[in-house]
Amino acid sequence: MSVSFTRKEMLPPLPPPVGERGVVKWARENLFSSPLNIALTVLGVLIVWWLVSASLPWWLNSVWNASSLGECREIVAARAGEGATGACWAMIRERWHQFIFGFYPPSEYWRPVLAFGLLFAALAPVLFSGEKRNLLIVLGSVTVFLAVTLWLAETPVVALVLSLALAVVLVAVSQIAPGKVLWFTLIYPPLCYWLLWGGSIWSPIVAMAGFAVLYAVFRLASPLIGLAPAAGAGVVAAVLWWLYLDVPIASFLQSALPFGIDAINSDRFGGFLLAIVIGVTGISFSLPIGILLALGRQSDMLIVKTLSVGFIEFIRGVPLITLLFTASLLLQYFLPPGTNFDIILRVIILVTFFAAAYLAEVIRGGLAALPRGQYEAADALGLDYWRAQRLIILPQALKISIPSIVSTFIGLFKDTTLVAFVGLMDPLKGVTQIVRADINWKGIYWEPYIFVGAIFFVFCFGMSRYSMYLEQKLKTDHR
Amino acid sequence: MKKSVFFGTLAATTMAAGLAMAGTLEDVKARGELICGSNTGLTGFGAPDANGNWAGFDVDLCRAVAAAVLGDASKVKFVPTTGETRFTALQSGEVDLLVRNSTWTATRDSELAFDFVAVNYYDGQGFMVKKDLGVSSAKELDGATVCIQTGTTTELNLADFFKQNNISYQPVTVQDDSEAQRQYLAGACDAYTTDVSGLAASRATMPDAENHVILPEVISKEPLGPVVRHGDNNWGDVVRWTYFALLIAEEKGITSANVNEVAASTSDEEVKRLLGVTGDMGAKFGLSNDAFKNAIAAVGNYGEVFARNIGEGTTINLARGLNALWTQGGLQYAAPFR
Repeated sequence: MSVSFTRKEMLPPLPPPVGERGVVKWARENLFSSPLNIALTVLGVLIVWWLVSASLPWWLNSVWNASSLGECREIVAARAGEGATGACWAMIRERWHQFIFGFYPPSEYWRPVLAFGLLFAALAPVLFSGEKRNLLIVLGSVTVFLAVTLWLAETPVVALVLSLALAVVLVAVSQIAPGKVLWFTLIYPPLCYWLLWGGSIWSPIVAMAGFAVLYAVFRLASPLIGLAPAAGAGVVAAVLWWLYLDVPIASFLQSALPFGIDAINSDRFGGFLLAIVIGVTGISFSLPIGILLALGRQSDMLIVKTLSVGFIEFIRGVPLITLLFTASLLLQYFLPPGTNFDIILRVIILVTFFAAAYLAEVIRGGLAALPRGQYEAADALGLDYWRAQRLIILPQALKISIPSIVSTFIGLFKDTTLVAFVGLMDPLKGVTQIVRADINWKGIYWEPYIFVGAIFFVFCFGMSRYSMYLEQKLKTDHR
Repeated sequence: MKKSVFFGTLAATTMAAGLAMAGTLEDVKARGELICGSNTGLTGFGAPDANGNWAGFDVDLCRAVAAAVLGDASKVKFVPTTGETRFTALQSGEVDLLVRNSTWTATRDSELAFDFVAVNYYDGQGFMVKKDLGVSSAKELDGATVCIQTGTTTELNLADFFKQNNISYQPVTVQDDSEAQRQYLAGACDAYTTDVSGLAASRATMPDAENHVILPEVISKEPLGPVVRHGDNNWGDVVRWTYFALLIAEEKGITSANVNEVAASTSDEEVKRLLGVTGDMGAKFGLSNDAFKNAIAAVGNYGEVFARNIGEGTTINLARGLNALWTQGGLQYAAPFR
């Protein structure tokens, strides 16, 4: 008989050879897989090394407490020896409020801060419709943000209490009836306008009443004369309201029940306050206009189609700076002398048009990407044009276009810095220039750019992440 | 704001009014505020500080005019204008007065329909080089690389100068002053050229100011001064004579500190007229009689304005040079106040 050896248990598996696991494997596969890749890796490392070694001392020698660039240099020299370079963030420390608020009076800083906080409260129901958890997160953060910043901005007690009460109410409403928060979104634009520019509270209220007039006329007239004429009549009534009744009624109410806050002139706006006002207004108005233009371009009606195409092609064919110069210079020649047509408003209008023209083409791309069957299915269901668009076509077309729409928004937001060319105090060039004109900070170069760039990055990155979230949420296909 | 849109469109379609505006003085008085076109920020001449208060050499002239017309130097709104928007802002009536180191040239005076009512600063284009370059005159800059801002008259002056002296140069174009300074310090160019006042300001803020020299040649004339719209002569007179009042004040030794004392005690007939003690000179301009006294009290005489913002003792440290009074060998000369 022979003794046979039978293994009773399995040997523990050996680890793979050193070259086939862990960091080494990863590096071999990803960094050194071929001679070309080896060369590129070495080159990349050298570049990174060069960048870091050149800029790291500059970052490490940062100075936060100084009253002038000269003093910064002295501190750096004392700390790191003659010839060392260092960032002079002391400039930001001294001038940050101008980068954020421009020339807005410091005692009124709480107003833009409040408007900014409420902006997110107003956006939340649009961005996260019906999602209680996200609404709670956003509105809760807004409440905390307002509590902290309003306290820091030395808000008058009444305003502080009212704002916080509003925020808490919004949180509560969002948990009881999430849909109702949308009402706050509707009243936000006039509220924001009033907070930022101030003046009598009745002006925005009476101006908004124009929309109520529009709606009332439309509702009353539509059973009598049909939808389209009723809508026209509503618009006419609203325009008449704004032209002839708005001012007298507002001033009457103001004299009867005077209530208002200090009016702030547009020339006090600057920095990120200006960029955000222009950017957010432009973004929120350009989307509906862009959708209408895209639909108009696809319309069978000759006039609507021609107008849409003409508008889109004209606005897209002209550089934004040209439009800004038109807003700032040319319009002044056409308007009678002394007309107070606010420069920020002019710029907002043209920036909105510009973004709307681009959006129209983006959305047209989405519309074109929809299979023909979707249109035919809508027709087969017997839906009229607007219902078909609202219920079937646009939800799909917009979903397809989300990445491009958000790109356009990000572009628009960054383009707001171009207003520097018409003498507005944008954060990048306008404020930087006045800071550099101060003899104490003349000669400072990178610091303001880095500071402003970082803030822009936060906003644009936020928008980009939101668009990815939205794509994920709306994803219905199973690719 | 909505209403203004509609009013604007309505008015635009009807073209209700022409462009020519007469009576800026009346407009300013009615508004109770002077709108002054200023720089978007130029060291020493006009820039807002950390609190948003405008200060500078040009800014003070605006304040003097406001003090003369409205009796209050704080009733000025400064509208920052860029090189491109400044003249349109004035033409369209967005600003009443432009004090924004603008050079007086024939084209601007004639074709653009402006009036340069005075020259508050005689500037000129110069060169700054590093000391170790060993150059003592701009004529030795043969073959040098020169940093220069694009789209300015300095570019043309530079070309003219080198051509006339038969020497060559290589331009390094830059966008603005801060970039120029950076390129120059980094050694991208041997020389940096712009207005001498700008060079002085740049040099003052360099980490190694003592290693840089401003060459003696001044290759262009840059008379900078307040600008008003052509055809509004009364308003032009007001601005010109407010400025002259500051010059006469320096000539006569009147300062913001002693103006009241002088008004009470002086025996000089011209000073009495200037300060509104006798005569009705203010009224002849459509102003109150103590208008010029208010202007002097608000900002001081020309010498004080100069010394406070850009003169010797400030960081910029400019000598009076051409801007000294005529009695001291400069060009600043006011017509007699009678």
